[in-house]
Amino acid sequence: MSTAIPTLPPTRTVGRTLADSATMLRRNLRHALRYPAMTASSVLVPVIILLLFVGVLGDTLRAGLGTRASGGGYIGYVTPGIVLISVAASCVATSVAVCVDVTGGIVDRFRTMPIARSAVLTGHVLGSVIQTAVSLVLVTAVAVLLGFRPAGNPLRWLGAVGLLLLLAFALTWLAVLIGLSSRNPESASNTPLIIQLLPFVSSAFVPADAMPAGVRWFAEYQPFTELIEATRALLLGTAVGHHVVASVAWCLVIALAGFLGSRAVFGRPRAA
Amino acid sequence: MIRQNPSAPALSVAALRKSFGGRTVLDDVTLDVAAGSVLALLGPNGAGKTTMVRILATLLSPDGGRAQVAGHDVVTEPDGVRAAIGVTGQLSAVDDLLTGRENLVLVADLLHLGRVEGRRRAAELLDRFDLAAAADTRVATWSGGTRRRLDLAMTMVGRPQVVFLDEPTTGLDPRSRRALWAVVRELVAEGTTVLLTTHYLEEADQLADRIAVLDGGRIVAEGTAAELKRLVPGGHLRLRFADAGVLAAAAACFPTAVRDEETLSLRVPGDAGTGVLRAVLDRLEAAAIDVAELSVHTPDLDDVFLALTGTANREVATS
Repeated sequence: MSTAIPTLPPTRTVGRTLADSATMLRRNLRHALRYPAMTASSVLVPVIILLLFVGVLGDTLRAGLGTRASGGGYIGYVTPGIVLISVAASCVATSVAVCVDVTGGIVDRFRTMPIARSAVLTGHVLGSVIQTAVSLVLVTAVAVLLGFRPAGNPLRWLGAVGLLLLLAFALTWLAVLIGLSSRNPESASNTPLIIQLLPFVSSAFVPADAMPAGVRWFAEYQPFTELIEATRALLLGTAVGHHVVASVAWCLVIALAGFLGSRAVFGRPRAA
Repeated sequence: MIRQNPSAPALSVAALRKSFGGRTVLDDVTLDVAAGSVLALLGPNGAGKTTMVRILATLLSPDGGRAQVAGHDVVTEPDGVRAAIGVTGQLSAVDDLLTGRENLVLVADLLHLGRVEGRRRAAELLDRFDLAAAADTRVATWSGGTRRRLDLAMTMVGRPQVVFLDEPTTGLDPRSRRALWAVVRELVAEGTTVLLTTHYLEEADQLADRIAVLDGGRIVAEGTAAELKRLVPGGHLRLRFADAGVLAAAAACFPTAVRDEETLSLRVPGDAGTGVLRAVLDRLEAAAIDVAELSVHTPDLDDVFLALTGTANREVATS
Protein backbone atom coordinates (compact mmCIF):
# COMPACT_ATOMS: atom_id res chain seq x y z
CA MET A 1 0.00 0.00 0.00
CA SER A 2 1.38 3.36 -0.95
CA THR A 3 1.44 6.28 1.43
CA ALA A 4 2.13 8.76 -1.33
CA ILE A 5 -0.10 11.80 -1.22
CA PRO A 6 -2.37 11.83 -4.26
CA THR A 7 -1.94 14.77 -6.57
CA LEU A 8 -4.66 17.26 -5.89
CA PRO A 9 -6.70 19.07 -8.45
CA PRO A 10 -5.52 22.67 -8.57
CA THR A 11 -8.02 24.95 -6.84
CA ARG A 12 -7.03 28.23 -8.40
CA THR A 13 -7.69 27.63 -12.06
CA VAL A 14 -10.10 29.89 -13.90
CA GLY A 15 -12.37 26.98 -14.81
CA ARG A 16 -12.65 25.87 -11.21
CA THR A 17 -13.33 29.41 -10.02
CA LEU A 18 -16.10 29.80 -12.59
CA ALA A 19 -17.64 26.43 -11.73
CA ASP A 20 -17.58 27.18 -7.99
CA SER A 21 -19.02 30.66 -8.57
CA ALA A 22 -21.83 29.10 -10.62
CA THR A 23 -22.55 26.65 -7.78
CA MET A 24 -22.71 29.53 -5.30
CA LEU A 25 -24.87 31.56 -7.67
CA ARG A 26 -27.32 28.65 -7.93
CA ARG A 27 -27.43 28.50 -4.14
CA ASN A 28 -28.18 32.23 -3.84
CA LEU A 29 -30.83 32.23 -6.57
CA ARG A 30 -32.48 29.25 -4.90
CA HIS A 31 -32.58 31.24 -1.66
CA ALA A 32 -34.19 34.15 -3.49
CA LEU A 33 -36.80 31.96 -5.14
CA ARG A 34 -37.64 30.13 -1.94
CA TYR A 35 -37.77 33.26 0.20
CA PRO A 36 -39.10 35.96 -2.11
CA ALA A 37 -39.91 38.29 0.81
CA MET A 38 -36.59 40.12 0.56
CA THR A 39 -36.85 40.58 -3.20
CA ALA A 40 -40.50 41.57 -2.85
CA SER A 41 -39.64 44.36 -0.42
CA SER A 42 -37.07 45.78 -2.83
CA VAL A 43 -39.89 45.99 -5.39
CA LEU A 44 -42.67 47.08 -3.05
CA VAL A 45 -40.81 49.93 -1.36
CA PRO A 46 -40.04 51.79 -4.61
CA VAL A 47 -43.54 51.09 -5.94
CA ILE A 48 -45.14 52.53 -2.81
CA ILE A 49 -42.90 55.59 -3.00
CA LEU A 50 -43.83 55.95 -6.67
CA LEU A 51 -47.54 55.77 -5.89
CA LEU A 52 -47.13 58.21 -3.03
CA PHE A 53 -45.19 60.81 -5.00
CA VAL A 54 -47.18 60.51 -8.21
CA GLY A 55 -50.65 59.96 -6.76
CA VAL A 56 -50.55 62.18 -3.68
CA LEU A 57 -47.86 64.78 -4.26
CA GLY A 58 -47.62 64.61 -8.05
CA ASP A 59 -49.79 67.57 -9.03
CA THR A 60 -48.20 69.96 -6.51
CA LEU A 61 -44.67 68.88 -7.37
CA ARG A 62 -45.31 69.18 -11.09
CA ALA A 63 -46.52 72.72 -10.60
CA GLY A 64 -43.22 73.47 -8.83
CA LEU A 65 -41.15 71.88 -11.57
CA GLY A 66 -42.58 74.05 -14.34
CA THR A 67 -41.04 73.18 -17.70
CA ARG A 68 -38.76 70.43 -16.36
CA ALA A 69 -41.65 68.00 -16.05
CA SER A 70 -41.75 65.99 -19.26
CA GLY A 71 -42.45 62.45 -20.41
CA GLY A 72 -45.96 62.26 -19.03
CA GLY A 73 -45.79 64.93 -16.33
CA TYR A 74 -44.27 64.45 -12.86
CA ILE A 75 -44.02 60.68 -13.35
CA GLY A 76 -41.53 61.37 -16.12
CA TYR A 77 -39.38 63.37 -13.74
CA VAL A 78 -39.61 61.01 -10.77
CA THR A 79 -39.38 57.54 -12.39
CA PRO A 80 -35.60 57.54 -12.97
CA GLY A 81 -35.16 58.36 -9.26
CA ILE A 82 -37.57 55.62 -8.21
CA VAL A 83 -35.73 53.11 -10.37
CA LEU A 84 -32.50 54.04 -8.62
CA ILE A 85 -34.17 53.65 -5.25
CA SER A 86 -35.09 50.11 -6.20
CA VAL A 87 -31.42 49.41 -6.96
CA ALA A 88 -30.42 50.85 -3.59
CA ALA A 89 -33.18 48.89 -1.82
CA SER A 90 -31.67 45.59 -2.98
CA CYS A 91 -28.60 46.26 -0.84
CA VAL A 92 -30.38 45.22 2.34
CA ALA A 93 -31.08 41.70 1.12
CA THR A 94 -27.49 41.28 -0.01
CA SER A 95 -25.81 42.44 3.17
CA VAL A 96 -28.18 40.40 5.36
CA ALA A 97 -27.54 37.26 3.28
CA VAL A 98 -23.77 37.73 3.43
CA CYS A 99 -23.88 38.39 7.17
CA VAL A 100 -26.01 35.29 7.85
CA ASP A 101 -23.47 33.26 5.89
CA VAL A 102 -20.39 34.48 7.72
CA THR A 103 -21.84 34.61 11.23
CA GLY A 104 -23.29 31.11 10.88
CA GLY A 105 -20.96 28.21 10.24
CA ILE A 106 -21.46 27.74 6.52
CA VAL A 107 -18.68 30.03 5.31
CA ASP A 108 -16.26 28.30 7.66
CA ARG A 109 -17.24 25.06 5.96
CA PHE A 110 -16.53 26.60 2.55
CA ARG A 111 -13.19 27.93 3.81
CA THR A 112 -12.09 24.48 4.90
CA MET A 113 -12.93 23.00 1.50
CA PRO A 114 -10.60 22.93 -1.50
CA ILE A 115 -12.67 25.46 -3.44
CA ALA A 116 -12.05 28.86 -4.98
CA ARG A 117 -12.63 31.16 -2.01
CA SER A 118 -13.67 34.11 -4.13
CA ALA A 119 -16.64 32.02 -5.34
CA VAL A 120 -18.48 32.65 -2.07
CA LEU A 121 -18.54 36.40 -2.72
CA THR A 122 -18.92 36.35 -6.49
CA GLY A 123 -21.92 34.03 -6.04
CA HIS A 124 -23.53 36.64 -3.81
CA VAL A 125 -22.70 39.52 -6.12
CA LEU A 126 -23.98 37.83 -9.28
CA GLY A 127 -27.11 36.63 -7.52
CA SER A 128 -27.85 40.11 -6.21
CA VAL A 129 -27.32 41.79 -9.57
CA ILE A 130 -29.75 39.33 -11.16
CA GLN A 131 -32.31 39.95 -8.42
CA THR A 132 -31.87 43.70 -8.80
CA ALA A 133 -32.41 43.38 -12.56
CA VAL A 134 -35.67 41.56 -11.88
CA SER A 135 -36.91 44.24 -9.49
CA LEU A 136 -35.84 46.95 -11.98
CA VAL A 137 -38.04 45.36 -14.63
CA LEU A 138 -40.98 45.11 -12.22
CA VAL A 139 -40.67 48.68 -10.93
CA THR A 140 -40.31 50.06 -14.45
CA ALA A 141 -43.35 48.07 -15.54
CA VAL A 142 -45.43 49.66 -12.74
CA ALA A 143 -44.18 53.11 -13.77
CA VAL A 144 -45.19 52.46 -17.39
CA LEU A 145 -48.61 51.32 -16.21
CA LEU A 146 -48.96 54.58 -14.30
CA GLY A 147 -48.20 56.58 -17.42
CA PHE A 148 -44.40 56.77 -17.66
CA ARG A 149 -43.35 57.03 -21.31
CA PRO A 150 -39.63 57.09 -22.04
CA ALA A 151 -38.56 59.28 -24.94
CA GLY A 152 -35.37 59.09 -26.95
CA ASN A 153 -34.31 55.92 -28.71
CA PRO A 154 -33.87 52.30 -27.58
CA LEU A 155 -30.10 52.63 -27.78
CA ARG A 156 -30.23 55.28 -25.06
CA TRP A 157 -32.58 53.10 -23.03
CA LEU A 158 -30.03 50.31 -23.31
CA GLY A 159 -27.47 52.79 -22.03
CA ALA A 160 -29.71 53.51 -19.03
CA VAL A 161 -30.09 49.78 -18.33
CA GLY A 162 -26.32 49.34 -18.52
CA LEU A 163 -25.78 52.22 -16.15
CA LEU A 164 -28.31 50.85 -13.68
CA LEU A 165 -26.74 47.39 -13.76
CA LEU A 166 -23.33 48.95 -13.21
CA LEU A 167 -24.76 50.77 -10.20
CA ALA A 168 -26.31 47.51 -8.97
CA PHE A 169 -22.91 45.84 -9.31
CA ALA A 170 -21.17 48.65 -7.40
CA LEU A 171 -23.73 48.88 -4.60
CA THR A 172 -23.76 45.09 -4.26
CA TRP A 173 -20.03 45.04 -3.54
CA LEU A 174 -20.63 47.75 -0.96
CA ALA A 175 -23.46 45.67 0.52
CA VAL A 176 -21.19 42.61 0.62
CA LEU A 177 -18.62 44.65 2.54
CA ILE A 178 -21.32 45.80 4.99
CA GLY A 179 -22.53 42.22 5.42
CA LEU A 180 -19.00 40.94 6.04
CA SER A 181 -18.28 43.68 8.57
CA SER A 182 -21.54 43.45 10.51
CA ARG A 183 -21.62 41.62 13.80
CA ASN A 184 -25.14 40.29 13.28
CA PRO A 185 -27.88 40.24 10.64
CA GLU A 186 -29.77 43.04 12.44
CA SER A 187 -26.99 45.56 11.95
CA ALA A 188 -26.42 44.18 8.45
CA SER A 189 -30.00 45.15 7.68
CA ASN A 190 -29.79 48.59 9.29
CA THR A 191 -26.54 49.94 7.83
CA PRO A 192 -27.64 49.84 4.15
CA LEU A 193 -30.52 52.19 5.07
CA ILE A 194 -28.00 55.01 4.61
CA ILE A 195 -27.58 53.96 0.98
CA GLN A 196 -31.35 53.69 0.61
CA LEU A 197 -31.94 57.17 2.01
CA LEU A 198 -29.29 58.90 -0.12
CA PRO A 199 -31.55 59.18 -3.20
CA PHE A 200 -34.02 61.23 -1.12
CA VAL A 201 -31.40 63.94 -0.71
CA SER A 202 -30.72 64.13 -4.42
CA SER A 203 -32.52 65.45 -7.47
CA ALA A 204 -34.76 62.35 -7.50
CA PHE A 205 -37.97 64.11 -6.43
CA VAL A 206 -37.24 67.80 -6.89
CA PRO A 207 -34.28 69.57 -8.54
CA ALA A 208 -31.35 70.27 -6.23
CA ASP A 209 -31.58 74.01 -6.85
CA ALA A 210 -34.93 74.01 -5.06
CA MET A 211 -33.24 73.00 -1.79
CA PRO A 212 -31.73 75.15 1.01
CA ALA A 213 -28.03 76.00 0.53
CA GLY A 214 -26.35 73.25 2.66
CA VAL A 215 -28.63 70.45 1.49
CA ARG A 216 -28.33 71.68 -2.08
CA TRP A 217 -24.54 71.50 -1.95
CA PHE A 218 -24.74 67.90 -0.71
CA ALA A 219 -27.43 66.95 -3.22
CA GLU A 220 -25.48 68.39 -6.13
CA TYR A 221 -22.28 66.51 -5.39
CA GLN A 222 -23.49 63.13 -4.15
CA PRO A 223 -23.29 60.20 -6.59
CA PHE A 224 -27.02 59.54 -6.79
CA THR A 225 -27.71 62.93 -8.32
CA GLU A 226 -25.27 62.22 -11.15
CA LEU A 227 -26.82 58.81 -11.69
CA ILE A 228 -30.37 60.13 -11.59
CA GLU A 229 -29.56 62.97 -13.99
CA ALA A 230 -27.80 60.56 -16.34
CA THR A 231 -30.65 58.01 -16.24
CA ARG A 232 -33.22 60.76 -16.69
CA ALA A 233 -31.39 62.22 -19.67
CA LEU A 234 -31.00 58.77 -21.27
CA LEU A 235 -34.66 57.82 -20.73
CA LEU A 236 -36.21 61.15 -21.60
CA GLY A 237 -33.95 61.97 -24.51
CA THR A 238 -32.46 65.18 -23.14
CA ALA A 239 -28.78 66.16 -23.19
CA VAL A 240 -26.65 63.87 -21.01
CA GLY A 241 -23.84 66.40 -20.45
CA HIS A 242 -21.11 65.10 -18.10
CA HIS A 243 -23.58 63.03 -16.05
CA VAL A 244 -22.95 59.65 -17.71
CA VAL A 245 -19.16 59.91 -17.39
CA ALA A 246 -19.44 61.06 -13.77
CA SER A 247 -21.89 58.23 -13.01
CA VAL A 248 -19.65 55.56 -14.47
CA ALA A 249 -16.72 56.99 -12.52
CA TRP A 250 -18.71 56.96 -9.27
CA CYS A 251 -19.81 53.36 -9.88
CA LEU A 252 -16.26 52.22 -10.57
CA VAL A 253 -14.98 53.92 -7.43
CA ILE A 254 -17.75 52.41 -5.26
CA ALA A 255 -17.31 48.95 -6.81
CA LEU A 256 -13.55 49.02 -6.35
CA ALA A 257 -13.81 50.21 -2.74
CA GLY A 258 -16.43 47.56 -1.98
CA PHE A 259 -14.45 44.83 -3.71
CA LEU A 260 -11.10 45.65 -2.10
CA GLY A 261 -12.72 46.12 1.31
CA SER A 262 -14.62 42.84 1.01
CA ARG A 263 -11.55 40.95 -0.12
CA ALA A 264 -9.56 42.28 2.84
CA VAL A 265 -12.27 41.49 5.41
CA PHE A 266 -13.07 38.08 3.92
CA GLY A 267 -9.42 37.08 3.75
CA ARG A 268 -8.86 37.99 7.38
CA PRO A 269 -9.60 35.03 9.64
CA ARG A 270 -12.35 35.57 12.17
CA ALA A 271 -11.23 34.88 15.71
CA ALA A 272 -12.98 31.95 17.32
CA MET B 1 -11.27 4.05 2.17
CA ILE B 2 -7.53 3.52 2.35
CA ARG B 3 -5.97 3.06 5.73
CA GLN B 4 -2.67 4.87 5.84
CA ASN B 5 0.59 3.46 7.02
CA PRO B 6 0.14 3.50 10.80
CA SER B 7 3.69 4.71 11.33
CA ALA B 8 2.98 7.97 9.52
CA PRO B 9 0.87 10.19 11.76
CA ALA B 10 -2.21 11.62 10.08
CA LEU B 11 -1.79 14.68 12.19
CA SER B 12 1.40 16.08 13.55
CA VAL B 13 1.72 19.20 15.66
CA ALA B 14 5.00 20.51 17.03
CA ALA B 15 5.57 23.45 19.39
CA LEU B 16 2.40 25.14 18.18
CA ARG B 17 1.75 28.60 19.59
CA LYS B 18 -1.07 31.09 19.16
CA SER B 19 -2.08 34.18 21.05
CA PHE B 20 -4.85 36.70 20.59
CA GLY B 21 -3.97 40.26 21.55
CA GLY B 22 -1.33 39.23 24.09
CA ARG B 23 -3.41 36.43 25.58
CA THR B 24 -1.72 33.10 24.99
CA VAL B 25 -4.24 30.53 23.82
CA LEU B 26 -1.91 27.75 22.68
CA ASP B 27 1.42 27.47 24.42
CA ASP B 28 3.94 25.08 22.88
CA VAL B 29 1.54 22.27 21.98
CA THR B 30 3.07 19.09 20.57
CA LEU B 31 0.86 16.22 19.51
CA ASP B 32 0.74 13.31 17.08
CA VAL B 33 -2.33 11.41 15.99
CA ALA B 34 -1.83 8.04 14.33
CA ALA B 35 -3.70 7.43 11.09
CA GLY B 36 -7.02 5.70 11.67
CA SER B 37 -7.19 6.55 15.36
CA VAL B 38 -9.33 8.88 17.44
CA LEU B 39 -7.78 11.51 19.66
CA ALA B 40 -10.00 13.38 22.08
CA LEU B 41 -8.82 16.82 23.01
CA LEU B 42 -10.31 17.30 26.42
CA GLY B 43 -10.36 20.55 28.30
CA PRO B 44 -12.50 23.15 30.02
CA ASN B 45 -13.99 26.07 28.11
CA GLY B 46 -11.27 28.45 27.00
CA ALA B 47 -8.53 25.81 27.11
CA GLY B 48 -7.67 26.39 23.45
CA LYS B 49 -9.43 23.38 21.91
CA THR B 50 -11.32 25.30 19.24
CA THR B 51 -8.28 27.43 18.38
CA MET B 52 -6.31 24.23 17.86
CA VAL B 53 -8.96 22.83 15.50
CA ARG B 54 -9.21 26.13 13.61
CA ILE B 55 -5.45 26.16 13.03
CA LEU B 56 -5.43 22.54 11.84
CA ALA B 57 -8.43 23.26 9.59
CA THR B 58 -6.56 26.21 7.97
CA LEU B 59 -9.03 28.76 9.37
CA LEU B 60 -6.39 30.43 11.54
CA SER B 61 -2.64 30.71 11.12
CA PRO B 62 -0.37 29.81 14.03
CA ASP B 63 2.07 32.30 15.57
CA GLY B 64 4.78 29.67 15.84
CA GLY B 65 5.48 25.98 15.54
CA ARG B 66 4.47 23.57 12.83
CA ALA B 67 1.32 21.62 12.05
CA GLN B 68 0.87 18.97 9.38
CA VAL B 69 -2.34 17.27 8.37
CA ALA B 70 -2.18 14.21 6.08
CA GLY B 71 1.38 15.20 5.25
CA HIS B 72 0.58 18.78 4.28
CA ASP B 73 1.72 21.85 6.18
CA VAL B 74 -1.27 23.96 7.25
CA VAL B 75 0.52 27.22 6.47
CA THR B 76 2.36 26.48 3.24
CA GLU B 77 -0.02 23.92 1.68
CA PRO B 78 -3.50 24.86 2.89
CA ASP B 79 -5.17 23.52 -0.26
CA GLY B 80 -3.56 20.13 0.28
CA VAL B 81 -4.86 20.11 3.85
CA ARG B 82 -8.33 21.20 2.73
CA ALA B 83 -8.52 18.37 0.22
CA ALA B 84 -7.83 15.85 2.99
CA ILE B 85 -10.02 17.10 5.83
CA GLY B 86 -13.62 17.45 6.92
CA VAL B 87 -14.68 19.79 9.70
CA THR B 88 -17.78 19.85 11.85
CA GLY B 89 -17.62 22.82 14.14
CA GLN B 90 -19.61 24.18 17.04
CA LEU B 91 -21.56 26.45 14.75
CA SER B 92 -23.95 24.56 12.58
CA ALA B 93 -22.43 24.71 9.09
CA VAL B 94 -25.60 23.88 7.21
CA ASP B 95 -27.70 26.04 4.92
CA ASP B 96 -31.03 26.56 6.68
CA LEU B 97 -32.81 27.74 3.57
CA LEU B 98 -32.05 24.60 1.58
CA THR B 99 -33.30 21.05 2.10
CA GLY B 100 -31.07 18.35 3.50
CA ARG B 101 -30.52 16.83 0.08
CA GLU B 102 -29.73 20.22 -1.48
CA ASN B 103 -27.16 20.86 1.25
CA LEU B 104 -25.37 17.61 0.42
CA VAL B 105 -25.56 18.22 -3.34
CA LEU B 106 -24.15 21.73 -2.78
CA VAL B 107 -21.09 20.25 -1.09
CA ALA B 108 -20.80 17.56 -3.78
CA ASP B 109 -20.92 20.26 -6.49
CA LEU B 110 -18.21 22.26 -4.76
CA LEU B 111 -16.08 19.12 -4.66
CA HIS B 112 -16.75 18.60 -8.38
CA LEU B 113 -18.05 15.08 -7.93
CA GLY B 114 -20.18 15.42 -11.04
CA ARG B 115 -23.95 15.66 -11.24
CA VAL B 116 -24.80 11.96 -11.16
CA GLU B 117 -22.17 10.93 -8.63
CA GLY B 118 -23.01 13.95 -6.42
CA ARG B 119 -26.68 12.99 -6.28
CA ARG B 120 -25.83 9.35 -5.64
CA ARG B 121 -23.46 10.29 -2.82
CA ALA B 122 -26.09 12.61 -1.29
CA ALA B 123 -28.70 9.85 -1.31
CA GLU B 124 -26.24 7.39 0.20
CA LEU B 125 -25.32 9.76 3.03
CA LEU B 126 -28.96 10.67 3.74
CA ASP B 127 -29.61 6.98 4.18
CA ARG B 128 -26.57 6.31 6.22
CA PHE B 129 -27.06 9.23 8.63
CA ASP B 130 -30.73 8.36 9.03
CA LEU B 131 -31.88 11.56 7.35
CA ALA B 132 -33.88 10.07 4.49
CA ALA B 133 -37.29 10.85 6.03
CA ALA B 134 -36.55 14.57 6.31
CA ALA B 135 -34.33 14.78 3.21
CA ASP B 136 -36.55 17.05 1.15
CA THR B 137 -37.74 19.43 3.85
CA ARG B 138 -36.05 22.69 4.74
CA VAL B 139 -33.28 22.36 7.32
CA ALA B 140 -34.61 25.41 9.21
CA THR B 141 -37.42 23.21 10.53
CA TRP B 142 -35.12 20.41 11.76
CA SER B 143 -34.20 19.57 15.37
CA GLY B 144 -30.71 20.13 16.75
CA GLY B 145 -29.68 16.48 16.61
CA THR B 146 -30.83 16.02 13.02
CA ARG B 147 -29.04 19.19 11.92
CA ARG B 148 -25.86 17.97 13.55
CA ARG B 149 -26.12 14.67 11.71
CA LEU B 150 -26.57 16.55 8.43
CA ASP B 151 -23.58 18.72 9.34
CA LEU B 152 -21.50 15.58 9.77
CA ALA B 153 -22.91 14.05 6.58
CA MET B 154 -21.84 17.19 4.67
CA THR B 155 -18.38 16.82 6.18
CA MET B 156 -18.22 13.24 4.88
CA VAL B 157 -19.25 13.94 1.25
CA GLY B 158 -15.63 14.16 0.11
CA ARG B 159 -14.53 11.04 2.08
CA PRO B 160 -11.95 12.97 4.12
CA GLN B 161 -8.93 11.18 5.56
CA VAL B 162 -8.96 13.33 8.67
CA VAL B 163 -12.10 14.62 10.38
CA PHE B 164 -12.22 17.36 12.99
CA LEU B 165 -15.20 17.32 15.31
CA ASP B 166 -15.30 20.40 17.49
CA GLU B 167 -17.67 19.67 20.37
CA PRO B 168 -19.93 17.67 18.08
CA THR B 169 -22.56 16.82 20.70
CA THR B 170 -22.71 20.05 22.70
CA GLY B 171 -26.35 20.96 23.22
CA LEU B 172 -27.72 17.60 22.08
CA ASP B 173 -30.06 15.44 24.12
CA PRO B 174 -28.71 12.04 25.30
CA ARG B 175 -30.43 10.10 22.52
CA SER B 176 -29.05 12.34 19.75
CA ARG B 177 -25.65 12.22 21.38
CA ARG B 178 -25.62 8.43 21.30
CA ALA B 179 -26.78 8.42 17.67
CA LEU B 180 -23.89 10.71 16.76
CA TRP B 181 -21.42 8.55 18.64
CA ALA B 182 -22.57 5.54 16.62
CA VAL B 183 -21.91 7.48 13.41
CA VAL B 184 -18.44 8.51 14.56
CA ARG B 185 -17.61 4.89 15.44
CA GLU B 186 -18.57 3.84 11.91
CA LEU B 187 -16.23 6.44 10.41
CA VAL B 188 -13.41 5.21 12.57
CA ALA B 189 -14.12 1.62 11.57
CA GLU B 190 -13.55 2.69 7.98
CA GLY B 191 -10.13 4.07 8.81
CA THR B 192 -10.89 7.79 9.15
CA THR B 193 -8.65 9.65 11.57
CA VAL B 194 -10.66 11.73 14.01
CA LEU B 195 -9.68 14.63 16.21
CA LEU B 196 -12.51 15.29 18.61
CA THR B 197 -12.75 18.12 21.08
CA THR B 198 -15.11 17.80 23.96
CA HIS B 199 -15.66 18.70 27.55
CA TYR B 200 -17.79 15.62 28.06
CA LEU B 201 -15.57 13.05 29.68
CA GLU B 202 -17.94 10.25 28.83
CA GLU B 203 -17.62 11.16 25.17
CA ALA B 204 -13.85 10.94 25.28
CA ASP B 205 -14.09 7.65 27.17
CA GLN B 206 -16.57 6.23 24.63
CA LEU B 207 -14.90 7.28 21.40
CA ALA B 208 -11.24 8.01 21.83
CA ASP B 209 -8.21 5.76 21.48
CA ARG B 210 -6.11 8.40 23.16
CA ILE B 211 -6.96 11.47 25.16
CA ALA B 212 -4.97 14.68 25.44
CA VAL B 213 -5.98 17.00 28.26
CA LEU B 214 -5.58 20.64 27.25
CA ASP B 215 -5.63 23.28 29.94
CA GLY B 216 -4.61 26.91 29.67
CA GLY B 217 -3.16 26.29 26.21
CA ARG B 218 -0.89 23.43 27.29
CA ILE B 219 -1.19 19.67 27.04
CA VAL B 220 -1.18 18.65 30.70
CA ALA B 221 -1.60 14.92 30.16
CA GLU B 222 -1.86 12.47 27.29
CA GLY B 223 -2.59 8.78 27.12
CA THR B 224 -5.32 6.19 26.86
CA ALA B 225 -8.34 6.54 29.12
CA ALA B 226 -6.97 3.73 31.30
CA GLU B 227 -3.56 5.42 31.59
CA LEU B 228 -5.13 8.71 32.56
CA LYS B 229 -7.32 7.06 35.18
CA ARG B 230 -4.22 5.60 36.78
CA LEU B 231 -2.96 9.15 37.31
CA VAL B 232 -5.57 9.85 39.94
CA PRO B 233 -6.21 8.18 43.32
CA GLY B 234 -8.02 4.85 43.23
CA GLY B 235 -11.59 3.86 43.85
CA HIS B 236 -13.55 3.69 47.06
CA LEU B 237 -16.77 2.49 48.63
CA ARG B 238 -19.06 5.11 50.02
CA LEU B 239 -21.20 4.11 53.00
CA ARG B 240 -23.93 6.35 54.35
CA PHE B 241 -25.49 5.88 57.77
CA ALA B 242 -28.71 6.83 59.51
CA ASP B 243 -27.17 8.98 62.27
CA ALA B 244 -23.91 10.20 63.76
CA GLY B 245 -23.87 7.39 66.33
CA VAL B 246 -23.87 4.64 63.75
CA LEU B 247 -21.30 6.56 61.70
CA ALA B 248 -18.96 6.70 64.70
CA ALA B 249 -19.36 2.96 65.33
CA ALA B 250 -18.64 2.19 61.66
CA ALA B 251 -15.65 4.49 61.57
CA ALA B 252 -14.15 2.49 64.41
CA CYS B 253 -14.33 -0.65 62.22
CA PHE B 254 -12.46 0.97 59.33
CA PRO B 255 -9.44 2.92 60.58
CA THR B 256 -8.28 3.84 57.05
CA ALA B 257 -11.66 5.25 56.03
CA VAL B 258 -12.32 8.96 55.57
CA ARG B 259 -15.25 10.22 57.62
CA ASP B 260 -17.65 12.92 56.47
CA GLU B 261 -19.86 14.08 59.37
CA GLU B 262 -21.96 16.36 57.22
CA THR B 263 -23.28 13.68 54.88
CA LEU B 264 -23.01 10.97 57.58
CA SER B 265 -20.83 8.94 55.24
CA LEU B 266 -17.61 7.03 55.18
CA ARG B 267 -15.23 6.56 52.26
CA VAL B 268 -13.51 3.20 52.43
CA PRO B 269 -10.57 2.92 50.02
CA GLY B 270 -10.47 -0.08 47.70
CA ASP B 271 -11.43 -1.13 44.20
CA ALA B 272 -14.80 -2.42 43.18
CA GLY B 273 -13.87 -6.13 43.31
CA THR B 274 -16.36 -8.43 45.04
CA GLY B 275 -13.67 -9.52 47.53
CA VAL B 276 -13.32 -6.02 48.92
CA LEU B 277 -17.05 -5.56 48.97
CA ARG B 278 -17.64 -8.84 50.82
CA ALA B 279 -14.96 -8.04 53.39
CA VAL B 280 -16.52 -4.67 54.10
CA LEU B 281 -20.04 -6.08 54.42
CA ASP B 282 -18.80 -8.93 56.63
CA ARG B 283 -17.11 -6.52 58.96
CA LEU B 284 -20.26 -4.37 59.17
CA GLU B 285 -22.41 -7.41 59.88
CA ALA B 286 -20.07 -8.61 62.59
CA ALA B 287 -20.39 -5.21 64.27
CA ALA B 288 -24.19 -5.24 63.69
CA ILE B 289 -24.10 -1.92 61.88
CA ASP B 290 -26.87 -0.99 59.42
CA VAL B 291 -25.86 0.82 56.26
CA ALA B 292 -28.43 3.25 54.86
CA GLU B 293 -26.82 3.42 51.42
CA LEU B 294 -23.79 1.89 49.72
CA SER B 295 -22.18 2.96 46.49
CA VAL B 296 -19.04 1.90 44.61
CA HIS B 297 -16.81 4.56 43.01
CA THR B 298 -14.22 3.69 40.40
CA PRO B 299 -11.98 6.51 39.22
CA ASP B 300 -13.41 7.99 36.06
CA LEU B 301 -12.28 10.67 33.70
CA ASP B 302 -14.18 13.18 35.83
CA ASP B 303 -11.61 12.61 38.57
CA VAL B 304 -8.80 12.89 36.04
CA PHE B 305 -10.25 16.05 34.57
CA LEU B 306 -10.76 17.75 37.91
CA ALA B 307 -7.34 16.67 39.14
CA LEU B 308 -5.50 17.82 36.02
CA THR B 309 -7.24 21.04 35.03
CA GLY B 310 -7.49 24.30 36.86
CA THR B 311 -4.65 26.55 37.96
CA ALA B 312 -4.37 25.11 41.47
CA ASN B 313 -3.13 21.82 40.09
CA ARG B 314 -1.08 23.15 37.20
CA GLU B 315 2.29 22.39 38.77
CA VAL B 316 1.39 18.82 39.72
CA ALA B 317 -0.18 18.15 36.39
CA THR B 318 2.69 19.27 34.19
CA SER B 319 5.37 17.49 36.20
